[in-house]
Amino acid sequence: MNSDKLRPLWVALISVLLGLIAGGILMAFTGNNPVEGYIYLFKGGLMSIERIGNTLATATALILTGLSVAFAFRTGLFNIGASGQMLMGGLCATALGLSLNLPKPVLLPIVLLAAIIGGGLWGLIPGLLKARFNVHEVVATIMMNWIAFWTVNYAVPSFFKGEYLETESRNIGVNASLRVEWLTKLFNGSYINLGIFLAILSIIVIAIILNRTVLGFQLKAVGFNKDSAKYAGMNVNRNIVLSMVIAGSLSGLAGATFYLGYASNIQIGVLPSQGFDGIAVALLGANSPYGALATAIFFGILHSGKGFMNAMTSIPPEIGDTIIAIIIYFAATSLLIHKFLDKIKAFIKGARKK
Amino acid sequence: MDYVIEMVNIRKEFPGIVANDDISINLRKGEVLALLGENGAGKSTLMSILFGLYTPDRGLIKVNGSVVNITNPNDASDLGIGMVHQHFKLVHNFTITENIILGMEPKGIKIDLTDARERIVELSKKYNLNVDPDAKIENVSVGMQQRVEILKMLYRNAEILIFDEPTAVLTPQEILELMKIMRNLIDEGKSIILITHKLKEIKQVADRCTVIRRGKVIDTVDVKTSSLEIMAEKMVGRKVTFSVEKGDGIPGNEILEISNLNVYNNRKVLGVKDFSLKIRSGEIVGIAGVDGNGQTELIEAITGLRDIHSGSIILNGQDISRLSIKERSNRGISHIPEDRHKHGLVLDYSLEENLILEQVESKKFSKNGFINKISMRDHANKIISDFDVRSGMGPLTIVRSMSGGNQQKAIVGREIFQNPDLLIAVQPTRGLDVGSIEYIHKRLVEQRDSGKAVLLVSLELDEILDLSDRIAVINSGELIGVVDGDKTNENEIGLMMAGISKGDKN
Repeated sequence: MNSDKLRPLWVALISVLLGLIAGGILMAFTGNNPVEGYIYLFKGGLMSIERIGNTLATATALILTGLSVAFAFRTGLFNIGASGQMLMGGLCATALGLSLNLPKPVLLPIVLLAAIIGGGLWGLIPGLLKARFNVHEVVATIMMNWIAFWTVNYAVPSFFKGEYLETESRNIGVNASLRVEWLTKLFNGSYINLGIFLAILSIIVIAIILNRTVLGFQLKAVGFNKDSAKYAGMNVNRNIVLSMVIAGSLSGLAGATFYLGYASNIQIGVLPSQGFDGIAVALLGANSPYGALATAIFFGILHSGKGFMNAMTSIPPEIGDTIIAIIIYFAATSLLIHKFLDKIKAFIKGARKK
Repeated sequence: MDYVIEMVNIRKEFPGIVANDDISINLRKGEVLALLGENGAGKSTLMSILFGLYTPDRGLIKVNGSVVNITNPNDASDLGIGMVHQHFKLVHNFTITENIILGMEPKGIKIDLTDARERIVELSKKYNLNVDPDAKIENVSVGMQQRVEILKMLYRNAEILIFDEPTAVLTPQEILELMKIMRNLIDEGKSIILITHKLKEIKQVADRCTVIRRGKVIDTVDVKTSSLEIMAEKMVGRKVTFSVEKGDGIPGNEILEISNLNVYNNRKVLGVKDFSLKIRSGEIVGIAGVDGNGQTELIEAITGLRDIHSGSIILNGQDISRLSIKERSNRGISHIPEDRHKHGLVLDYSLEENLILEQVESKKFSKNGFINKISMRDHANKIISDFDVRSGMGPLTIVRSMSGGNQQKAIVGREIFQNPDLLIAVQPTRGLDVGSIEYIHKRLVEQRDSGKAVLLVSLELDEILDLSDRIAVINSGELIGVVDGDKTNENEIGLMMAGISKGDKN
């Protein structure tokens, strides 16, 4: 039983290993020493306390979007709208952060709540469409991404225009920022912020909901088998809507950590890539909250280390992204890895018998 | 004697279980050999070995006297062995012809189906299969789909045909049809292995019967000279009673009263028409009818899975026809559903989770929104021991990995443990072996004797006749009549099922 439970971990680790090997081959192709490349890649992510802080800051939004996608997936829904939910969460939080002049302990909860509501609303609409009219959530959430995109394009220049640039909002004040002095100091001036604690807290809360509560039991039941959930007297439509709202809220929170923590303003014309990377995080993390946490941090290392690697060698930083892409590729074709593991198991068993 | 197939000392182990323990069987040319055994006895494993889906750990296979090595289904196919699986493997939006040639399409840029179609028509005529080569699979009945699977084998020149539980998905009429087809195949010189746990069918169609129990061959008997009782005893390992032992019921007050119920079906026409029926405590009321005559709609209306159009459903004096499923269950309705995989279980949940599926919100199993894992485990252990639910890892077993009989026992246990006033059992023994059927019947009668009302829906007329105190016959959604269980017979019910009125309505 134990070995079966650890299966997703093995699959993830093997995917990562294969991805790294493939990345090494690519580095060799570009005429570089892969060992050197990897040393700088991981050094770039981990070599100093400041860089570790930056890695965690990069991972923060990924943790939350990954959790958002993983949670939806566990309840039978495919949330491709994490980008749009993140954007709306960020917009709502930024809007209140720029408009309200309140002390930090009051303002922070307000902007965070705004982000959760913004993202939650962007999950609610696809949820309602699915429950009421059976509109597939993949289509609805993709459309919602573009609605969020154009809403930001309109709202930011109209109401929150920056001093010099039309394409981004004014910088938010210290009181609305998730960065706090003690944390910045602790990590030697890194842009790590309170978001990382929110992300870890969310992981724990969602893990508890999924594994221990009646709500999680019912949401998962609907995800596995709608018909039997209905037969058992569960309110299937309510559960679908609720799942999407929770998933949206998590992505909305990701937006707050990104725009008010990692960055300090919101830009137009970009759908945040973290929304889509969240799908990869969920996939490699086998849709488990803790799996998403580990994966997001690993991706954070690659993201924040690739610049350093580029600076120290002539390896293009795109190799970092390519490695991530290859890892996801292996995770997505994990059936092959499963077969491979089965063979190993059978072999070990055969050897033991002899 | 010529054997077309000999399997000698076949052994196959799976983790923790010996599925086949030195099994030897042989098949003569031109006979139907039945493989009889309970669910999980190892029949399907044995046939999967013959068909090349598994490789045996030990033992050898001879076809027409020479030793062969079958490593995949293509090898089996080349040796003239074909298999009709329990779950058909057909492409739903392809025509029958397209399905049959799938995998051996004529070569060329454009696929020319004329020759193939001609051969299919020819084969269909020769074996009396009555298949329309141009119909799409999604538009034909389950019985026809099975005949397509048979045609598929014949098209590939199979001489040895394996049928894996072929009647599990068929109506009684389709079963009769299939039996005729099998005899036709034998007359044309084919040989058949029939995997089943239904004794009646063996008696009807098989020549010899090899009984398997717990991975071992118990005996091979001549069907003509052995009785059902003897075969059943060999299969189960103890004496089996076929008739259900039950005394007279003592009906009490009315539990359920359905009046003038009208319900639409999926095709938006009335599936249940002006239906009225009363069920009292301490009695089993059976609903007899040919499949698709409104039974499903009626049950869905009572349990709340389907909205009613008009009429009323009174439970214990209160109209429940507009209440939610949950509310009805809280008021004392339990439901053993027709399709245990679609409705009854969340297959990816563990056994203990499935056993609280309907009650997870109740105080017994949760507090402040958190599941009480201790009481969940206790509950599961109680049902498991009380209903003899067998599984690999007890409460933690993932239900998908359990045998059909044990899944059904778990559902029956769960529903009875809710201590309902009204227990609705729809096809409660579908696809189960004799031992499980006997057991479930006993528990249903027990429910009646403890003063519950039991509503039984079954397509097996025998089951209805054995268990019911009163029998209500339904035809095209209308109640044809209600008769007393001990004052009627198969003939009378059969006529009523065809829509000929008899008996008094109540």
